[in-house]
Amino acid sequence: MTQAEWPLWEVFIRSKQGLDHKHVGSLHAADATMAMQNARDVYTRRLEGVSIWVVESKHLHASNPDEAAEFFDPAADKVYRHPTFYDVPDSIKHM
Amino acid sequence: MATPDLSPAHTAAPAYPAGLQSQLFQYVLQLADTSLILAHRLSEWCGHGPILEQDLALSNIALDLLGEARSYYQYAAELEGQGRTEDDLAYLRSAVEYRNPLLVEQPNGDFAHTVLRQFLFDVFHYELLAELKQSPDARLAAIAEKSLKEAAYHRKWSAEWIIRFGDGTAESRQRLEKALRTLWRYAAELTAATPVEQALQDAGLVPHYADIQAKAAAYVVYVFEEATLAMPTEAFAQPGGKLGRHSEHLGYLLAELQYVQRSYPGLTW
Repeated sequence: MTQAEWPLWEVFIRSKQGLDHKHVGSLHAADATMAMQNARDVYTRRLEGVSIWVVESKHLHASNPDEAAEFFDPAADKVYRHPTFYDVPDSIKHM
Repeated sequence: MATPDLSPAHTAAPAYPAGLQSQLFQYVLQLADTSLILAHRLSEWCGHGPILEQDLALSNIALDLLGEARSYYQYAAELEGQGRTEDDLAYLRSAVEYRNPLLVEQPNGDFAHTVLRQFLFDVFHYELLAELKQSPDARLAAIAEKSLKEAAYHRKWSAEWIIRFGDGTAESRQRLEKALRTLWRYAAELTAATPVEQALQDAGLVPHYADIQAKAAAYVVYVFEEATLAMPTEAFAQPGGKLGRHSEHLGYLLAELQYVQRSYPGLTW
């Protein structure tokens, strides 16, 4: 076997029907089939999931932490973007 | 019969004619021994797997088989009705009393060797459980139904590795072929009926091996084709384990497996 490392994969598990898949961790695998089986064996041993997604880590593009200020801070004082300035008539239920 | 509660505490062993009951005890014990010994072999990989993910996969399979073995031992103890417990049956019997087929006691070798041993067992195990869950014996049927889902995954896992090794690199293929030359001779015993199995098959309690053998063989052919492996032509078969004639390996395995109970009888924690 060559010394080359198998690629890294990110694992997402849906814990039950109706919920979202959540990132639970990562693992090494040679391809998608093996990644799926490894995810099953590593991350669902204690009944954690009903569905698994795996994606090779290189296909995930993350925002740059160095750009966090320009990315996220400007949203901090835009309270008018929350729909909280409407008077809801009393006859409207379940809002 | 209303929907039965099949947990051991609630189901007394059914009353069979004495001879049949004794044969069923031996058969269930054979199933238990088979799963326990293979589980122990796989547990030897714990901490030594080729990568962390496969270390866990091997331990998962070991634990599945151990759980299955416990169900069989519990049932065997009830069928025997002599007051022995599942622990007595697992820990206090000598090698010649064990009834597992020779395949499952073979040493781990390298990863390819372990995978092939597992694959040859899995294809048989899956087809056996698929039939056994139709057994008129409710306890056997319930255990088989639960274990069948586990066996289906085991077979998927080992078949996947057979294909990767056979159709992989020159080295992976050479290692798998080497394992095949060592292990193939032990496959036939799985579906060769002993007198006890023959009697239970004739009584309709357990499935005949003809169908199981044909389906298992067809699956092996299919996976070997995917793996670009030639089917072995060697006709030599080595049976004996199911009759208590074991290789020297089983003694060493049991020495380790039974050490604590033999040294400190009745110890619990």
